Amino acid sequence: MSARTFAVAALALALAACGSERGLDQQGSEPELPKLSQTLIPTINIASPAGWNGAVPTVPDGFTITALATDLKIPRQMLVLPNGDILVAEGSGGGAPRVRPKDVIAGILKSRGKSDVEGGDRITLLRDADRDGVVEERTVFIDGLNAPYGLALVGSDLYVANQDALLRFEYRDGATQITTPGREVTKLPSELNHHWTKALTASPDGSMLYVGIGSNSNAAERGMMAEQDRAVVWEIDPATGRHRQYASGLRNPTALDFNPVTGELWAVVNERDEIGPELVPDYLTSVREGAFYGWPYSYWGPNVDPRVRPQKPELVRRAVAPDYALGSHVAALGLAFADGPVLGSRFAEGAFVGMHGSWNRSNLAGYKVVWIPFSRGRPAGKPVDFVTGFLDGEGNARGRPVGVAIDPLGGALLIADDLSNTVWRVAPTARRVPAGAPSG
Amino acid sequence: MPASSATAETFLSPPHAILLAFPVAFSWAAVASDITYLNSAVVQWSHFSAWLVAGTALFGALVLVWAIVAFLFARRSGNRGRALTYLVLIAAMWVLSVLNSLHHARDAWGSVGTLGLALSIVTALLALMAAFVGHSAVRREAVR
Repeated sequence: MSARTFAVAALALALAACGSERGLDQQGSEPELPKLSQTLIPTINIASPAGWNGAVPTVPDGFTITALATDLKIPRQMLVLPNGDILVAEGSGGGAPRVRPKDVIAGILKSRGKSDVEGGDRITLLRDADRDGVVEERTVFIDGLNAPYGLALVGSDLYVANQDALLRFEYRDGATQITTPGREVTKLPSELNHHWTKALTASPDGSMLYVGIGSNSNAAERGMMAEQDRAVVWEIDPATGRHRQYASGLRNPTALDFNPVTGELWAVVNERDEIGPELVPDYLTSVREGAFYGWPYSYWGPNVDPRVRPQKPELVRRAVAPDYALGSHVAALGLAFADGPVLGSRFAEGAFVGMHGSWNRSNLAGYKVVWIPFSRGRPAGKPVDFVTGFLDGEGNARGRPVGVAIDPLGGALLIADDLSNTVWRVAPTARRVPAGAPSG
Repeated sequence: MPASSATAETFLSPPHAILLAFPVAFSWAAVASDITYLNSAVVQWSHFSAWLVAGTALFGALVLVWAIVAFLFARRSGNRGRALTYLVLIAAMWVLSVLNSLHHARDAWGSVGTLGLALSIVTALLALMAAFVGHSAVRREAVR
């Protein structure tokens, strides 16, 4: 195939009737939602991997992007430590059994859009002490983990969310390696682990931890027994390991962060598939304590998903609509709030969102990092493309963004790319050194 | 009754007859598990249905190949008509089972629903009719 993408097109009658995209406005607080449609064959179009071959992602004028680290093993989320060292969680979890013929086929197709590198099950430390975008020291910081994803530091306690447990390690400033095993704070739900990532953040005062736990299915097709403690955010007391359900109905909360202006917990959440190319928008939302966000019974507030039986009208009635739609199937996996003008005054209040990219629509969506401008703690305006070029123009993916993190000391945005196994660093372009000045 | 040396025979060869048994059994089992799912909303039954329908399509494809061959090799005109009827039934059964497999690949309630059950029932009826035609005896003249 010329574009080396592969598209499994539905039978013409099925696609022509209901698989078409209408170009709806699905970004912002009130996304346009089409009627739901199920095609005979779900539209599958995943960008085929292609190397960067020396190219780099596209950044706005005035910014420079460099590969801070390459040859990682499925980098997903990152944490910038107080001394500027960067931790990168590497791994790939999941492995729910394939219980239907479809699971077997979909598994094969989706794996074609991924890196064939095996997950590292480790955390790598990157040290760029002079902040020039070149790493001087790179070590395996913690090894022998189990699909680590979320990271958080509270004082000298480093928390790592494996796919099955929350661990605590003692961190000493300047450490480049931790070899003592972590203490288990609490187990995390890991039965099946269809959506295995465990997003993690700490409250600003460090007293509580929040873990995002994704659903065990697309739309409850494994039954609601499999959804015990799934599609929720847990609040965990790090001192005792005790947890409680903080919010529910969040299909796959893949990244959590605190809004620095309001002090509220926010999340990016991936919504369901296979009811049309423009359903359901993935979203960015504040996570309100005790709120139910619809999954699986409804989406974007009261819109019922007819695939889920028995239905629960009483739950749908109190389903909260999220704050801000990011677009359907973009697969938002990274979230980082800016806390001041680290990347210039244009990017002083708002959030960066990493979008891994779509599979369930014919027009590829996502595959970029966007900036959502905020004003007084609320989203204010459409997403702005910040880093693009992950697609090569022929529908192939050179990279797929996952986690994003702001490096306040280095004045940079970091992007984990789990297809090219790279951590990218985006920083304002350094002022030109005057002629005659010593270089170095 | 006049004595006859004709033997009762079908145009199904033993491997063909064995293969034909699978779509018949699978398709009717799929109807049963579809109904159970629609009555219980227990998703395990929708998974059973998905495998049974897929199995119907897989064995249906093999039977279809045999049916085409049997039609091409049916020399006698009496057999030829029957082989054609059989081929048409098998082909229709197979096409429906493929469509039904795709339908059953949807998630949860969407995998079965009214249309899924209807497709399962029609597929099963076609399989049964084809088997009936295929297994009916063909009168054959005495060998010269």
